[in-house]
Amino acid sequence: MKLNQRTAHELRDLIKSNETSVDKIYAAVRTQIDKSEKEVNAFVRLQEHNLQDLKPKQDLAFPIPIAIKDNICIKENETTCASKILAGFKPPYNATVIDKLLDSGAVFIGNANMDEFAFGSSTETSFFGPTKNPWDLKCVPGGSSGGSTAAVAADEAIWAIGSDPGGSIRQPASLCGVVGLKPTYGRVSRYGLIAFASSLDQIGPITKDVTDSALLLNILAGHDPKDSTSADCRSINLLNTRNQRSKRSSQNQEIPDYTQSLIEDVKGLTIGIPKEYFVEGMDPEVKDAVMASVAILKDQGACFKEISLPHTEYAVATYYIIATAEASSNLARFDGVAFGLRERPSQIRKNTLVDMYEETRDKGFGMEAKRRIMLGTYSLSSGYYDAYYLKGLKVRSLIKQDFDTAFEELDAIITPTSPTTAFKIGERANDPLSMYLSDIYTISANLSGIPAISIPCGFSKKGLPIGLQIMANAFNEEMLLRIAYSYEQATEWHKKRVNL
Amino acid sequence: MISTEEVKNIASLSRIHLKDAEAGILSQDLEKILDYINKLEQLELSGIDPTTHVLPLKNVFRKDAVIPSLKQEQALSFSIEQKDGAFKVPKIIE
Repeated sequence: MKLNQRTAHELRDLIKSNETSVDKIYAAVRTQIDKSEKEVNAFVRLQEHNLQDLKPKQDLAFPIPIAIKDNICIKENETTCASKILAGFKPPYNATVIDKLLDSGAVFIGNANMDEFAFGSSTETSFFGPTKNPWDLKCVPGGSSGGSTAAVAADEAIWAIGSDPGGSIRQPASLCGVVGLKPTYGRVSRYGLIAFASSLDQIGPITKDVTDSALLLNILAGHDPKDSTSADCRSINLLNTRNQRSKRSSQNQEIPDYTQSLIEDVKGLTIGIPKEYFVEGMDPEVKDAVMASVAILKDQGACFKEISLPHTEYAVATYYIIATAEASSNLARFDGVAFGLRERPSQIRKNTLVDMYEETRDKGFGMEAKRRIMLGTYSLSSGYYDAYYLKGLKVRSLIKQDFDTAFEELDAIITPTSPTTAFKIGERANDPLSMYLSDIYTISANLSGIPAISIPCGFSKKGLPIGLQIMANAFNEEMLLRIAYSYEQATEWHKKRVNL
Repeated sequence: MISTEEVKNIASLSRIHLKDAEAGILSQDLEKILDYINKLEQLELSGIDPTTHVLPLKNVFRKDAVIPSLKQEQALSFSIEQKDGAFKVPKIIE
């Protein structure tokens, strides 16, 4: 196996035993990029490193090449959300997760492609052109973190980080056959993540196996005074009794050591299968793979029961009210004044301040960004606020209540991550609603704030990956990792590599 | 029904200068999406409190202390035009 095909924990061990070095790993990743990046287009820009500069990282915990989604600020490195409107923008500061990664020794490979401002489920709305799925270059990688997941699947990065407002880590992880974890809302600092939907966004790890997911979450997680919505678990009682009971060694710690959850033991755990998720529109191959996974976990000692999350069918509608409303407000800052693009109105129009705003935003935003900004503006506008935005917030309460009730007697919930495997490029691009429905299984976790993980659980006859989603109660990422790790020990899916 | 006129009004509220062709497409798209969203009308929502935020966080304060921040020249340096220590924009009133 080539160095760039290995996991971060394997590489860390090889470095420790002097069997490889940081510069060799970096060189292997660059060789892969030279070979396959032209076709995959996982990155919007690459960072070059001198081999000499990498040497001092050798003694740090994880001097591993990582892809960073293009909406997470890296100081003095162009960061654009794959949008024309931020062309040339070089942030004057690092996101908190970037500082944490640098402390761990991380080697930034480049900014990973994404749907413009994370608006999409296919990475087709990027200003820099679509990313291709490494398993089938005619297919989308999913989105919006499709560049991050494709980079990991193509071995152009060892691991990556993405952001997940409605499934943007898990759905592309599923379509690219990698592990993607969306932490509990508030678990990871959003400082320096360019905001799409502030009450839904979370940064999380994208990796080749569950062990790497735990290791990368260890680096990312933690309270941050710079993000007032990040949670300080020591000062507020966020942990419910069931969570406390399942905790092993993490009492009184703000953040547990997630590698402690990497144990092969699901005996006695109660896992729910929501009947509302197994309805029309699901690819039979996806259903079969998920049910086969359930059988494996049953063999390992987990108990399954059918449950009901009655408001599931309203999740997508609720999400597209709340997420677009928050986006329309967050994206108001892109106005040509303080940073980014500024366009002059054409000769026939006047050149007042408002004309400059309108021209800049017309030229700077792609069609899906305009669609979402306008949908959000509409549902927040006078006369429609009660009918749309307020109604969406109320249904959000019902969806969250569904999960609160379910977790009173469950340790976890298992569903497919996506109703289908990767679809063809262009197939859903002109039908926004069918694209929105790609996230039908992932959106509820964001609306409820709970953590969820997608792990590879099979391949279709055409050779496309299928993902299994596990959800747990708030601040119980340990449960996700424990079940995912147990499952992984019994299967080989995570060891499959694309040869590009 | 979302008319093209209505779409242009929303665009104006969103500070986006739409071309006529785009207004036509968006009117159809928004119509379809809103029609889907209207399924929420099936739910009885009286007495349900809205959820704006999932965590029980309240009044997150910090000390009112001076800490290092961006220098004025640096903050201005990202804009296309600056003058006298401020962002320069086209005239606001005709």
